[in-house]
Amino acid sequence: MSDNKTMHAKDLQKVSSKQTAGKILSKFWVYLFLIVMALIVLFPFYWMLISSVKSIDEYRLSVPTLFPKEILWSNYVEAFNQANLGRLFLNTLYVGLVSTLLSLVITVLSAFAFARLEFKGKNALFAALLATMMIPGELFTITNYATVNSLGWMDSYTVLIVPFLVSVFYIYLLRQNFLQIPNELYLAAKVDGTSDLKYLWKVMIPLALPTLISITILKMMGAWNSYVWPRLVANDEKYQLITNGLRNAFTDSTGDVNIPVQMAAVAIVSLPLFLVFIFLRKYIMKGVSRSGIKG
Amino acid sequence: MVESKHKWKAWLYLSPAIILLLVFTVWPIINTVRMAFLENYNSMGAVGGKIYAFGIGNFKQVLDYKLFLNCLGNTMLLTVLTVPLSTILALLIAVCLNAIKPLQRILQTIFFLPYVTNSIAIGMVFAAMFNMVGSAFGGENEIVVTAGIINNVIEFFGGEAVNWINAGSTYAANITVMVVYIVWNALPFKILILLGGLQSINKQYYDAARVDGTRRSRVFTKITVPLLSPMLAYVVITGFIGGFKEYSSIVGIFGEHMGPAGDAKRLNTMVGFIYDSLSTQQGRASAAALILFGIIFVVTMINLYVSKKKTHY
Repeated sequence: MSDNKTMHAKDLQKVSSKQTAGKILSKFWVYLFLIVMALIVLFPFYWMLISSVKSIDEYRLSVPTLFPKEILWSNYVEAFNQANLGRLFLNTLYVGLVSTLLSLVITVLSAFAFARLEFKGKNALFAALLATMMIPGELFTITNYATVNSLGWMDSYTVLIVPFLVSVFYIYLLRQNFLQIPNELYLAAKVDGTSDLKYLWKVMIPLALPTLISITILKMMGAWNSYVWPRLVANDEKYQLITNGLRNAFTDSTGDVNIPVQMAAVAIVSLPLFLVFIFLRKYIMKGVSRSGIKG
Repeated sequence: MVESKHKWKAWLYLSPAIILLLVFTVWPIINTVRMAFLENYNSMGAVGGKIYAFGIGNFKQVLDYKLFLNCLGNTMLLTVLTVPLSTILALLIAVCLNAIKPLQRILQTIFFLPYVTNSIAIGMVFAAMFNMVGSAFGGENEIVVTAGIINNVIEFFGGEAVNWINAGSTYAANITVMVVYIVWNALPFKILILLGGLQSINKQYYDAARVDGTRRSRVFTKITVPLLSPMLAYVVITGFIGGFKEYSSIVGIFGEHMGPAGDAKRLNTMVGFIYDSLSTQQGRASAAALILFGIIFVVTMINLYVSKKKTHY
């Protein structure tokens, strides 16, 4: 019996040592593949950064330098001025903050109604809301363009903020989160005579904070990256958003574009996104994995 | 759930959302369908009091329109090329990431980086990488000074420089650049979802397979892929939807002209077509939007049907 056991153990050992050898070899290929892919993914960022500090003559060398011979920070100053980035930054920040704030209020109130209150037609209404998520946004844009035009909203902050305040998806996300909070808490609060709003503010919002943070980040990133709608309705420099302004600043100029300056502008626009990502990585990845939408 | 005495309260809380949705979501749905079925509708004429006949003329017109067919073709081609490519690549990367311990977090972060970028801004970087400065295909006085880093790499390996995106470039070259950029852009989301799926697979399946001495390839096709199939289905469906709505990545690389210099609109997509006719030809734009919705709906349904049959829950 014991003999049999050692035999068995030896066999296992043999198998596992064979597996280890194979494992090390295959681990090598796994790492090689991942590192090569990671370098490919990173390359555009690297190229953007080193190009952004090259002089235009160095950029145009027929054999490119992989590291700049001299570092020209003045490209950044030039980019900032040429694309009027200061104004674009402020516009985008303002639109992003206001729309995030208002959107959060609307989302919290709606999610609370759907999660905690009883009223006729609740389920039907919720299903109808979810159904609208299937429709591509372009279908709304045609009419919304006409609507904001007739409201006289063209070229204003309002037109950039109001049409996108309600996101059915965020309402859905927050409602799911609210539903996880035990109903007993709500009942206890009711018995104590706490008002709905106070309960919402003191209990539900703190408990759902991670979801609210995810929504905030995605919404801010959305403002930073939005292009199509701002281009349609707000081309006035006073209200232009950053992506639109960036694209315009370097398409208008005919002939030779100063690519290093252009890359510096791209780097300036990309930097805030990276900073947000580095500090709030967890919330972003969590939010994205549940939403599957960009911004 | 509490039977609230104040039912009006729920409606009060919902009112901001409902009012905004009525104006910017429900009305557009009704109005788009209406405009699509009014022959040659445009809002300028409507304001002037013109009455439009009911009919399917807009759809006929759109489908007869060469420009639209061109957009449809571009959209289909890009979708069919990028969705399988990015899904397979993402699956490979996710499986590899799941198999390692050291460096996993840092690599995972790197692979997610393209997600937190602005697709217009980084499109400009890709354009610069593929761009020939002072291209020989431009003016007579211009000479190629730099062929662009991608061409430099190709030449380094003994290949010949290609005119990727400049005036005189071929359609195939343009599409290649777009595929590279779109796949690069699509990877992070797919890797995130697939890796999440892989990490939730019960380790016992793999232990059992190891005890049985199952080959790696068999483990992959018989355990990993089936158990991952819900996530794969999700990634493919969202990939198709995103693919049919492709637009800003092309603006990022080619600019608003949606094509290389001298051949504007060559790479225009369905969404681009809608935006082009949005302010003047609302009837036509609406018909195109409904066609886009129809395609997305059908493709999603097919995907759901197939994945229901193939998916292992």
